[in-house]
Amino acid sequence: MSELTPLTGEALAEIAACADLAALDAVRVRWLGKKGRITEQLKHSGKRVASEGTETVVALQAARQAIEGALAERRAAIGAAALAREIEAGRLDVTLPGRGEEPGGLHPVTLARLRIETLFRRAGFDVASGPEIEDDFHNFGALNIPANHPARAMHDTFYFADGRLLRTHTSPVQIRALRERGAPLAVIAPGRVYRCDSDITHSPMFHQLEGLAVGEGVSFANMKAVLHGFMEAFFERDLAMRLRPSYFPFTEPSAEVDMSCVFCQGQGCRVCKHSGWLELAGCGMVHPHVLEACGVDPERYTGYAFGAGIDRLAMLRYGGNDLRLFFENDQRFLRQFRAFRA
Amino acid sequence: MKIPVGWLSEWVRVPWSASQLGSRLTLAGFELESLTAAAPAFSGVVVARIEGADPHPQAHSLRVCRVSTGPGPPLTIVCGAANARSGLKSALALAGARLPDGRTIQTAMLRGVESQGMLASAKELGLGDAASGILEFPQDAPLGEDLREYLRLDEPVLDINVTPNRGDAMSVLGIAREVAALGATVVSGPAITSAAVLRRERFPVRLDAPAGCPRFAACIVRGIDNTRQTPPWLRERLRRGGLRAISPVVDVTNYVMLELGQPMHAYDLGKLRGGIVVRLAQTDERLMLLDGRTVSCAPDMLLITDDDGAVGLAGIMGGERTAVSPSTVDILLESAWFAPEAVLGRARRLGLTTDAAQRFERGVDPTQQERAIERALALLLPITGGTSAGVDVTAAAAQLPRRESVTLRRARLQRLLGAEFSAAQVEAALRGLQMSVAPTDEGWQVTAPAWRFDIAIEADLIEEVARIVGFEAISERHAQAPQRFRPLSEATPAESAVLAALTGRGYQEAITYAFVDPALQQALFPQTPALELANPISAELAVMRVSLWPGLLQAARENQRRQQVRIRLCERGTRFIAQGTDTLEIDTLAGAAAGPRTPEQWGAGASQADAVDYFDVKGDVEALIAGTGAAESFRFEAAAHPALHPGRAARVLRRGEAVGWLGELHPRLVKQLDFTYPPVLFELDVAGLAVSRAAYREVSRFPQVRRDLAVVVDEAVTLSSLAERVTLATSSLLRELRVFDVYRGPALEQGRKSIALGLIFQDISRTLTDDDVERLMASVIADLRENLNARIRE
Ligand SMILES: [Zn+2]
Repeated sequence: MSELTPLTGEALAEIAACADLAALDAVRVRWLGKKGRITEQLKHSGKRVASEGTETVVALQAARQAIEGALAERRAAIGAAALAREIEAGRLDVTLPGRGEEPGGLHPVTLARLRIETLFRRAGFDVASGPEIEDDFHNFGALNIPANHPARAMHDTFYFADGRLLRTHTSPVQIRALRERGAPLAVIAPGRVYRCDSDITHSPMFHQLEGLAVGEGVSFANMKAVLHGFMEAFFERDLAMRLRPSYFPFTEPSAEVDMSCVFCQGQGCRVCKHSGWLELAGCGMVHPHVLEACGVDPERYTGYAFGAGIDRLAMLRYGGNDLRLFFENDQRFLRQFRAFRA
Repeated sequence: MKIPVGWLSEWVRVPWSASQLGSRLTLAGFELESLTAAAPAFSGVVVARIEGADPHPQAHSLRVCRVSTGPGPPLTIVCGAANARSGLKSALALAGARLPDGRTIQTAMLRGVESQGMLASAKELGLGDAASGILEFPQDAPLGEDLREYLRLDEPVLDINVTPNRGDAMSVLGIAREVAALGATVVSGPAITSAAVLRRERFPVRLDAPAGCPRFAACIVRGIDNTRQTPPWLRERLRRGGLRAISPVVDVTNYVMLELGQPMHAYDLGKLRGGIVVRLAQTDERLMLLDGRTVSCAPDMLLITDDDGAVGLAGIMGGERTAVSPSTVDILLESAWFAPEAVLGRARRLGLTTDAAQRFERGVDPTQQERAIERALALLLPITGGTSAGVDVTAAAAQLPRRESVTLRRARLQRLLGAEFSAAQVEAALRGLQMSVAPTDEGWQVTAPAWRFDIAIEADLIEEVARIVGFEAISERHAQAPQRFRPLSEATPAESAVLAALTGRGYQEAITYAFVDPALQQALFPQTPALELANPISAELAVMRVSLWPGLLQAARENQRRQQVRIRLCERGTRFIAQGTDTLEIDTLAGAAAGPRTPEQWGAGASQADAVDYFDVKGDVEALIAGTGAAESFRFEAAAHPALHPGRAARVLRRGEAVGWLGELHPRLVKQLDFTYPPVLFELDVAGLAVSRAAYREVSRFPQVRRDLAVVVDEAVTLSSLAERVTLATSSLLRELRVFDVYRGPALEQGRKSIALGLIFQDISRTLTDDDVERLMASVIADLRENLNARIRE
């Protein structure tokens, strides 16, 4: 026992001095290998028990166990240190940018249009479309705007040599939808329209939303509910609405739709020209002549129609104050509107 | 339409403040555009009299005036106006006065003479454009009175928007009628009495086109002095109404038009020859108008003529030959009624916009022609002197408009509005508008007054009731709609998904104009005829696009000009293809990519700076194609396109039908359009992206085996021909064919290339053995050798 203690101490010191797994293994072989110093002594344990009693053998076995324990501990420590070094060496600057393609996005007018379509579909409206090159009948005549009518002056129309024209509003789609499908009917028609006019608030091409509902007993009160509901849903907030009598040849009664300003809650600001109101749509009960022109009996059916500027709604919802910027397609401008919009 | 509130108040009691009035009118359909004071803010300006005007000792263009404003000693005012003369009453800005432009007037030395204020012009006070002379007031102007008091410059003026159906409201009287209806009061107005008729005299008038002009009132006035000054109050009312003062005769006729809505005209009687005939113009009949322009008339235009020809374009503008001038002594006043149909659109066709045309087109009251002349005489004679003969009316009574009664059913009113109005409300609203209302069993018979041209059907009356009661009285109510299901075709690709495929690959959606630069389009599509606009907004936006490329390339250039090196733009829109006399509108999806392959990034290797090429964009197109669920139905075929690089262009076919193009912009155009990087373009018909519901295919549970093969073939051999042979040779066991390298170089013969293929085999019902695969490979190799003159590279 007394001669074993320093021996164990020597082994433990060697183990503690090991810096890597190879050195550690050499120490293990020196002490516990087939010809290791402890192993050698244990080979003769039978004789020893006879000559020295069990005490020495027990001590030898304890020494072996101590060395084995120390080896395992040291092995774990060396492994942990190596892993720690590896981890340290593998540290990243996680703030460096990622790689790959940079996603693009939709045009704000498309965002607004898709949102509008979703909202109206949920409310039971179909989405219809029609040609952008129209004839006089669909753009004006069927809408109760005969030649020379003063209302034509409000539509600065692009013409082609053969008398066809670029639609000045999406209202012709009403006519087509009603003529094709008849009543009852509830559709919206979003689309590009054209007027020869260009300044900060006018572009020669812009986007309009047309809506039409025709049925038995469809009333002005229903129209108010739909327009108010749509505006509140589009802007995701409570808004006040007021209808002002107005004039469109294809509706009677006709009204302009004012919503309380989405920026100042009706308090008055630059956007609403300090009136507290934003003029966002025109609407009215479909004129009996228009229903007749579409083969619908105006005695049996009534209907409402409305029109709103999609670009304006997009600007109010997503920002931007110059309509012309929308069609310059500067990627830096467009990229601002990337988002998972609904 | 500008309405000074004071003028309006002469016609109706206005029970509201000016701003309340504005909002009441707005909610009745007459939108208030602005509410302003009659003059901009200024202070310290009074009525003054020039007692004496002497030449300035130092400056011969200036005068030194002694100016009094009351009993005290006169002030010394230095003035440069030519009309500053002794005895004149004018406007004096005293020392301390603030002018509209923010200036403060101070006592100042002017070339050695102290001026204690400033005599002011109309322009300096914001009262008109006249800047050359100082204001001139009549002798009864009260000395020393503040000018804002004297001219009532704090009067509010409403600018309201009158819709085109309401010609009757284009006057002070018309708005007064609306106010009366809204405020439940009555229109009063100044008494209009007949002028004393001192002579019996009539000018011959004949109506040869009675449908267009069934009523013509005229009156001869002799012995006037048209050089007199129109009094300041009348000039001011014209100015507030938006018109300039010209001469007493013109001013008075304009005044009556603004007040009663009846456009009038005055002829110099001495210049009229023979009698007046109102008739239709002959083709190209020429007439020099008051504004000096000569117009060539069409046969549907109505003319006022005398024995020497046209003297006026009826309802639009008078002629130059018989116009009144300062020296005019005798005049003929005209107050006629022209049918809207006879005036509509004529002015616009001639490029004219006149106050008279605007009113006649929309409808003028056909009953008040005499009244307008009486009103004019009452205003004119006190200014110019002279005597009038009686008002003489020539009429074709049968042609005058008659107001038919219109039926209004109670039930219809309720059904259309979705609201219930009481009989009392309905009757009060209509009677307030001076309609005659007779109750019937079902509702009412209603006759509109002569001035209303917009009441023809029941809906018009319903609108009037709703308008006067107020739209806010109709509560919102949701319709009960049946829950019907409408077809939702899965073959139509979802727009947002199609766009998402491109935006996910870096494209930014653009929206470009549907009309493009003809030169650019011609360069890209020399053989495709484009539809030309007859009246384009500019020469650069003059033809309809036959492709989305011109717009996208224009946008790409603009972005490049703004230092955007990397361009990824896509658009969905219509392109317009002429087909005979018709035009096909084709729903189209297109894209343009230029600049580095990837956004600039660290650690991505050298190839990131390479320009995007055909194959990068082909990958984008393939992503779109994959979305159809039937990628195998598409084929890319080398083809020539005038806008594309001859060796880097492909027609996209689906089941053999052309659905689009893909390629690099032609190098000639890259130079011509000044692109730094050659753009790669694609364009697909949206219809070509229709979704196929692909048949379900079982996924094999057995292992797949891959064999690689490097095939050396002639340059002319395309991958698609190679793939076709491989597919034929391997029957149904080929799961997938991959290309992992294309090599050209010194190790190969000239004109040959090596394509490295990865062939993936799999069976649906068993595990393929090595033997199976070896046999397949042998047959592939044999086939390629035989059919494509291929060599297999070891
Ligand atoms: Zn606001």
